[in-house]
Amino acid sequence: MIEVEHLTKRFGATVAVNDVSFTVMPGEVVGFLGPNGAGKTTAMRVITGLILPQSGTARVNGHDIWESPLEVRRSLGYLPETTPLYEEMCVTDFLRFIASARGIPPKQAASKIDEMIEACSLQSMAHKDISELSRGYRQRVGLAQALIHDPPVLILDEPTSGLDPTQILEIRKLVRDLGKTKSILFSTHILDEASKTCDRILIISDGRLVGEGSPQDLIEMATGESAYSLELKGDADAFISELPETYKLAGRRSEGDRVLLELTSSVAADHSEELFDLAANTGCKLLRMNRKEASLEEVFLRLTKGGKA
Amino acid sequence: MKAMAAIYRKELKAYFDSPIAYIFIVVFLIVTSWLFFRTFFLVKISTMRGFFAMIPWMCLFFIPAVSMRLWAEERKTGTNELLMSLPVKESEVVLGKYLAAFTVYAITILLTLPLAIVVGIIGSPDWGVIAGSYVGALLMGAAILAIGTFISSLTTNQIVAFILSVLVVAALTVVGQPLVTLFLQGPLTVLVPYAEWLGMANHFLSISRGVLDSRDILYYLLLTALPLYLTVKSIQASKVG
Repeated sequence: MIEVEHLTKRFGATVAVNDVSFTVMPGEVVGFLGPNGAGKTTAMRVITGLILPQSGTARVNGHDIWESPLEVRRSLGYLPETTPLYEEMCVTDFLRFIASARGIPPKQAASKIDEMIEACSLQSMAHKDISELSRGYRQRVGLAQALIHDPPVLILDEPTSGLDPTQILEIRKLVRDLGKTKSILFSTHILDEASKTCDRILIISDGRLVGEGSPQDLIEMATGESAYSLELKGDADAFISELPETYKLAGRRSEGDRVLLELTSSVAADHSEELFDLAANTGCKLLRMNRKEASLEEVFLRLTKGGKA
Repeated sequence: MKAMAAIYRKELKAYFDSPIAYIFIVVFLIVTSWLFFRTFFLVKISTMRGFFAMIPWMCLFFIPAVSMRLWAEERKTGTNELLMSLPVKESEVVLGKYLAAFTVYAITILLTLPLAIVVGIIGSPDWGVIAGSYVGALLMGAAILAIGTFISSLTTNQIVAFILSVLVVAALTVVGQPLVTLFLQGPLTVLVPYAEWLGMANHFLSISRGVLDSRDILYYLLLTALPLYLTVKSIQASKVG
């Protein structure tokens, strides 16, 4: 697991990460979402031990970044944003180097490398120089490198950037599969990706954590209300007068004998059943009812308002 | 130690997988042999003194060419981030990379041994002096390489690393030469022994006379250890940002 406590990292006068705390449990995929320059990469680099924060701490599998940095690095796999790799090495040699630097005995290393090459579909590229690989294959080599020691914690910095849609789907599937047993923190600025891949989303803006929860939680948290549009036949005035006080009538329009109503409720929970019963009790026929949800895009924009998107 | 060995092997392979090591070795051997034999047959003395006299000046230009890529390239491509995400201490990374570069230099120096054999066939040189000179050349190279390593860790540009290393090593070499010490006149003459002590080539010349003085060895060991220590510190400092 990853535990981050009150992490603050400044570069000169700019505060890249400002008092950020969160936890990633084993078997959980957490998406780190934010506009470019929000501090995602900095936070990840601190957890990896590549840079030291001004205050606060992070623990990876219980190992503190200040007290046992080598243990931290042993228990995590890290895919940096730009996927730096040794260009002049071939894929197999590169993975062999990583394996031996990570202290995997040579006998096990050979089978581990084969396993990684297969898991990341690198068979056809195994003996090519990394400089000859396309962006997608480089990304897979980066992933293979991060996974070779089977770490309990994975930190992936924008693993899908620059990939084509098929590759993106493959990586997402891989992340979800790995996420069944590992703690995964992965950053992205694509909302759709975060909501499809992650159990939980952390939204970071200008170095601060501005939202946390499942995609659904975040929507409710950001809007705090739910909206409905109804189409009734019958005595609409009776229906409106019977509405509880938490509702507000946002619009009313008649079309022949049908009435179209726009309602908002200050309570975020689902009131569809309540409205249905109310319509039946007041003798109205409910022809259509839509519960309108704020999209994750709206939530994101609202939460990161003021941040440079 | 295992991680350090892995980094050493990887780095050495990088030198020999690319043309760098071969170009370095071939050019070094051609230039030294040519300069050596140009005068060797004229002087008609079976000695390698002329050869070793030019070693400090050869090292001045050749060794920074070996050390310039060590860290500058890693920093430029961002692979140092990859390297530092491995469970390896900074000192192990620095030493592993340094030793690989030193191996390239040592191989080059040892490949000049045929020159000694030629000298031995033609005449009867003082083998003690030749052996001492080889030890001296390795010690001096170790120091210059360490300085180059440190400078390479400060920049992301290999050319900048090369030029700065040449300048620093040149300053350290020239400071002990008559060129500089002759100018230390009047009250400044007290500085002469210090300038001579600081001079990179002076210790080499004293070793290559066949006298292995512990002070000369200490000088080179110090000049090797200090820059390597500073390299570790500069890498650690970059984490604080």
